[in-house]
Amino acid sequence: MTAMSAMKISLGPVLYYWPRATLLDFYAQAAGWPVDSLYLGETVCSKRRALRTVEWIDLAREISQTGKQAVLSTLTLIEAESELSTLARLCDNGDVLVEANDMAAVHLLSEKRLPFAVGPAINVYNTRSLHYLQRLGLMRWTAPMELPRMTLAAILEEADDLGFGERFETEIFAFGHMPLAYSARCFTARANNQPKDGCEFECLKYPDGLAVYTQDDERLLTLNGIQTQSGDVLNLIPEWKDMQALGVQLLRISPQSQHMREIIDHTHAALRRGALPDLSAFIEGAGCNGYWFGQAGHLQMESERSMP
Amino acid sequence: MELVAPAGNLPSLKAAIDNGADAVYIGMRNDTNARHFPGLNFEESNLAKAVFYAHVAGAKAFLAINTYPQPQGWARWQRAVDVADDAGFDALIVADMGVMEYAASRHPNLRLHLSVQASATNRHALGLYQQQFGIRRAVLPRVLSLEQVTRLAKHSPVDLEVFAFGSLCIMVEGRCQLSSYATGKSPNLCGACSPAEFVAWHSTADGLESRLNGLLMDRFPAGTVTGYPVICKGRFRAADSVYHVIEEPTSLNTIELLPLLAKAGIKAIKIEGRQRGTAYVAQVTRIWRAALDALSTQKDAFTVRHEWAESLAGISEGAHTTLGAYHRPWQ
Repeated sequence: MTAMSAMKISLGPVLYYWPRATLLDFYAQAAGWPVDSLYLGETVCSKRRALRTVEWIDLAREISQTGKQAVLSTLTLIEAESELSTLARLCDNGDVLVEANDMAAVHLLSEKRLPFAVGPAINVYNTRSLHYLQRLGLMRWTAPMELPRMTLAAILEEADDLGFGERFETEIFAFGHMPLAYSARCFTARANNQPKDGCEFECLKYPDGLAVYTQDDERLLTLNGIQTQSGDVLNLIPEWKDMQALGVQLLRISPQSQHMREIIDHTHAALRRGALPDLSAFIEGAGCNGYWFGQAGHLQMESERSMP
Repeated sequence: MELVAPAGNLPSLKAAIDNGADAVYIGMRNDTNARHFPGLNFEESNLAKAVFYAHVAGAKAFLAINTYPQPQGWARWQRAVDVADDAGFDALIVADMGVMEYAASRHPNLRLHLSVQASATNRHALGLYQQQFGIRRAVLPRVLSLEQVTRLAKHSPVDLEVFAFGSLCIMVEGRCQLSSYATGKSPNLCGACSPAEFVAWHSTADGLESRLNGLLMDRFPAGTVTGYPVICKGRFRAADSVYHVIEEPTSLNTIELLPLLAKAGIKAIKIEGRQRGTAYVAQVTRIWRAALDALSTQKDAFTVRHEWAESLAGISEGAHTTLGAYHRPWQ
């Protein structure tokens, strides 16, 4: 790693099922926000078709023309041939960078010798895996949610020692409900007593997912179709200086239905001033950051680094 | 179809082989495999003995090295691959690209099977591992419907092995961090889901409570069947009802699908349960051996015998079984 570069902000793919008008409006606004990269596309469920694949690609091109980087993010759990066809269309788009969320995408992109990014559902837990993917074309990775800081630091240090540390960027999923698991079963349909094949698009009712509580009323999970997310909101933004020192280049903020503009603005202003943003007004409950410190993901740890 | 049975120790391995397993899979006594439980698995010095017992009986032995090393622990995974070759294993069951690259380059004659922990659910993902590392077989995550399994088998670049019986992962294996969200430990990070040291039971006025690292997983009124507290089998509140939000405690049992799996060209069927006792391994293996033998003689006339179904149901988690994702309405 050479001189520390300025920390960039990325807007992750919208993980929930928002109606078409909401999505288009969101990206029309986001194009004016102080973010460097925007991820687009449906990463959770192929039945969600608010935008057709070609429309996602067109939207990504439009955003690219505003000077921001657009990235097309692919489906995470791929089972059907129709899903592979959609994947092929995304990978064949011609000019927009693709984020692979399944090894099928890595396969198609590396075969075409295209540079690619990998999302947090691609299991990179060590330097050898990262190096292997880098040689296949990886130019950016977002670390798995549960990867501890200590492991990330070791990977980035080894990457430098092996001489490939400058050939990729590191992104950290830093804000939002964490995607934790994927299943064949749709839990949102189940919660509404619908079969998956006739789900009536129940996900549309939950723009921030469906909250799950323990029987003693602790927020535990967030159901988002076949994806299960953390109940608590991850907030690692206060760790940004430490991340920057480790060699992290991008902070990913995961879209939610409320306060996005404020969250981005606060974060951007703090990065510019070298300060710590206070996002607590936008987080229900205590938030969480345990994974970063090698602890249970739902815990909120005090950090010396993040003390103002 | 090959019958692949689990073994958490030498007596279980013998039980599996003596009861008709075509292959056994085992792990070493550390975090290089996804059943890293106290008191389970094989010391390095016992690996050759295990392989020898299998080979004398004409069976195969596979070593699961199917977790994701972090830089601090890499030496253990490298060592596991090296000793597996020395011990004469017929295949390694692997999930991590770094481990695969090491095995493929240093031990090119060692056969590689893609672990279920690698989460490959489609032909392009399988194709990548086949082209890059020469994997010969893949174990499919328990998320595909029978129709999808059949279709994938037709187009797969490698042989396929599917889960036939045992505990049911509801989530795609290798892509589930629910355990670490609650406890800090997960299959990917340290080879264990919801480790026992985080489990606590409390008697309360509302019944017996099970907790995972302090988080309430379920409450059981007196006299009801209790299940091991994992998030995916817990009872929580969502949309104003309290229910098994993800899945009831249940086991996978596909015995009735055997003819269809055979017809689809599935190469091997896998019994889950390296953490189970020797008697369990013996009983399950014996039943599945009988079923496979019946299938090969009866072909289309194959039917599930009542006593098999009854025995399998009796030893299942929650005392009932499901076809899981193989059966589309389950999804």
